[in-house]
Amino acid sequence: MDVTVEVNGLRKRFGATRALDDMTFSVKPGLVTGFVGPNGAGKSTTMRIIVGLDRPDEGSALVGGVAYRTLKRPLTHVGALLDASAFQPSRTARNHLLWLAQSQGLGPRRVDEVVEQVGLGTAARRRAGGYSLGMRQRLGIAAALLGDPPVLLFDEPFNGLDPEGIVWIRGLLRSLAADGRSVLVSSHLMSELQDVAGHLIVAGRGRVVADRAVEDLIATASNGRVTLRTTAREDAMEALARAGATVTVTGADSLTVAGLSGAETVAVLTAAEVAFAEVSAHRATLEEAYMELTRESVEFR
Amino acid sequence: MIPLLRSEWTKFRTVRGWVAGSIVAVLLTVGVGLLGAAGTVRSCQGPQGDVCPEIPIGPGGQAVHDRFSFYHRALPGDGSITVKVADVSGVITYPPPDHDKIVPGVVPWAKVGVMVKQDLRQGSAYAAVMVTGAHGTRVQDDFVNDLAAGGDPWLRLTRSGDTLKGESSPDGTSWRVIAERRLKGPALIGLFAASPCDVTLSQGALGGTIGACRLTNVTGKFEDVSVEGASGTWTHDDVGGEIGAPTLSVGSARVWGSTIQLTGSGDISPAGMEGGAVVERTLTGASIGLIAVIVVGVLFVTAEYRRGLIKATLAANPGRTGVLLAKAAVVATVTFAGGLVAAALAVPVGIGLMRDRNNSIAPITALTEVRVIVGTAALLAVTAVLALALGAIFRRSAAAVIAAIMLVLLPQLLATASVIPSSAAQWLLRVTPAAGFAIQQSIPAYPQVEDYYIPALGYYPLPPLGGFAVMCGYAAVALAGAIVVLRRRDA
Repeated sequence: MDVTVEVNGLRKRFGATRALDDMTFSVKPGLVTGFVGPNGAGKSTTMRIIVGLDRPDEGSALVGGVAYRTLKRPLTHVGALLDASAFQPSRTARNHLLWLAQSQGLGPRRVDEVVEQVGLGTAARRRAGGYSLGMRQRLGIAAALLGDPPVLLFDEPFNGLDPEGIVWIRGLLRSLAADGRSVLVSSHLMSELQDVAGHLIVAGRGRVVADRAVEDLIATASNGRVTLRTTAREDAMEALARAGATVTVTGADSLTVAGLSGAETVAVLTAAEVAFAEVSAHRATLEEAYMELTRESVEFR
Repeated sequence: MIPLLRSEWTKFRTVRGWVAGSIVAVLLTVGVGLLGAAGTVRSCQGPQGDVCPEIPIGPGGQAVHDRFSFYHRALPGDGSITVKVADVSGVITYPPPDHDKIVPGVVPWAKVGVMVKQDLRQGSAYAAVMVTGAHGTRVQDDFVNDLAAGGDPWLRLTRSGDTLKGESSPDGTSWRVIAERRLKGPALIGLFAASPCDVTLSQGALGGTIGACRLTNVTGKFEDVSVEGASGTWTHDDVGGEIGAPTLSVGSARVWGSTIQLTGSGDISPAGMEGGAVVERTLTGASIGLIAVIVVGVLFVTAEYRRGLIKATLAANPGRTGVLLAKAAVVATVTFAGGLVAAALAVPVGIGLMRDRNNSIAPITALTEVRVIVGTAALLAVTAVLALALGAIFRRSAAAVIAAIMLVLLPQLLATASVIPSSAAQWLLRVTPAAGFAIQQSIPAYPQVEDYYIPALGYYPLPPLGGFAVMCGYAAVALAGAIVVLRRRDA
């Protein structure tokens, strides 16, 4: 089965606000695709359009080549976590999952399976209204997994999770991708996707700013830069600046040098008689790479 | 559709508040209905103590009025009576505008003519051909049947075997058969005169409707009276006459040769609401139970909007139409079942309570009773669907609940509490969903009887199913509208 998600030229306005402006990308199976961008970049709207909740003004979103609205048992094709607090508080988690399962022709056995899978266990028989934010996320993820779908969309799944929960969900995302599913995960915090996402779609102002493999992106962001550790930070900055380098302070005893190679940096520091502890090629974090990319497209409101 | 129905049913039953709301609707319907029944007390204090008069029952099972002046002979077998109604006159006591005089006059449904009646018992079978005050010549039988037949003054009733034939003629020579009826066994044949009271309705200064009914009588002058096949002598009786009745209501007959002048008062007709307490009195609680039904119906959809749950629902069912249809089916079924339990409890228990309080119950057929009970349940179910649709359109609980109450309950309360003029009340009960309450009306209005046919007294302007259809129309339109907006709107 074709499990790609194709988003093609989506445009959407809410009154005077342009939420989407030619949003185009596709999600491929077998890896986690991070969908990042500042608040208001159009991530949630795009996801809502993919699952047929909102209609785009223009463009289309196809799942496995067809429009979501034409799917017979849609939850067996696409599972989505859009709003973790979308449940009736007085209903138990199990009953919440039960009606959802029944609407897809699935039985209570499948409900018990996903309850176990997300680790809700006996808490599933309690009213969902009393759940912590973390448990709500688990319930929302259980709902997404219910139909065992080949395509999964998660909108901000890390919100409200404790560190243990974050570790758990990263593992879950990796294993879902390893099964060959298409997994799209939105986040406004890049650090959350570190070591999880294999591919990154960066959105800004309703369109795609970058659509790259994560390895590629980090290499570009790191490109040519050198990390320097020294206790004589002031002296080092002066010497390097004189040699034409751009220096950024990244810590109490660490600097990032751009414009000079590692060897040139060592030569300049040696000539100026500045002591240093370490010179190494810089490896950008995902967050740095992201900040670089979205610098111009951040919309302040 | 089956998975969707199962899914929506699970949604409904797993929210305790909605299940409780449905039970509250049942309890309110039964409780308030029984309170109303328990408050219906009849007392007939008189010289003989607290003894209420028996209300006669006609051959069709209805409570009837059967009081008239009858000048008759025995009719053992075949026979006939032929007369010419030469003149109709009468007296009306204290009519408007000043209510200060007794004046000559004939009320529209005063009737004089020929009759064959089983016996002198009130409520026994009869057939009659008559001339009326303002409605021409007519054939009536067994209290509820009425047939207009032009305006001829010559009348004839002929019995051969079990068949009674009613005829009229302009000149006494060429006869036209109007109707044939069956009446078996020995009977009485003769002339009759009856004049119902003069009915007016007026608007009270402080709201409310004031009905007045003034004593009248009628005198028919019959010429060329000829009777065949009769035996015995002519006898005059006031059928249903009471001792100590006002002079004007006492009948009399005067005879000169073949001319007979007969005076009488009273009426031969279905008794309407005077026939006893009506079963729908035990179901007044439905109006109150309706509030709980509306709240549950609205919340069943607005709660999803409030919690954002609608997104999960619509993502799971992107066709969307089926979601609302399944919700409507679930809420209608639950409400119907609850309504049926409530009505099936309230009616027999309420009737028992009313009987204990000296009331006689206006008799109705089993079919009518079933219609009132099932109709009440259906009324609640359709209201629930209307409320659900309004909830889906407004997406706000308070707005939808208020709209539903304004559409269904408010017109009903305004119209039946007699705070507005009857004409406005009738208009409301024609054009608003409250028309559906007509399905509870057990005693119909008869065109051949002048009575207070106003909502405040339980008479709806539309027939039971007609009124119910108006309500269904509203629900259907609202549901269709809700489906359209649900499909168009972003979730």
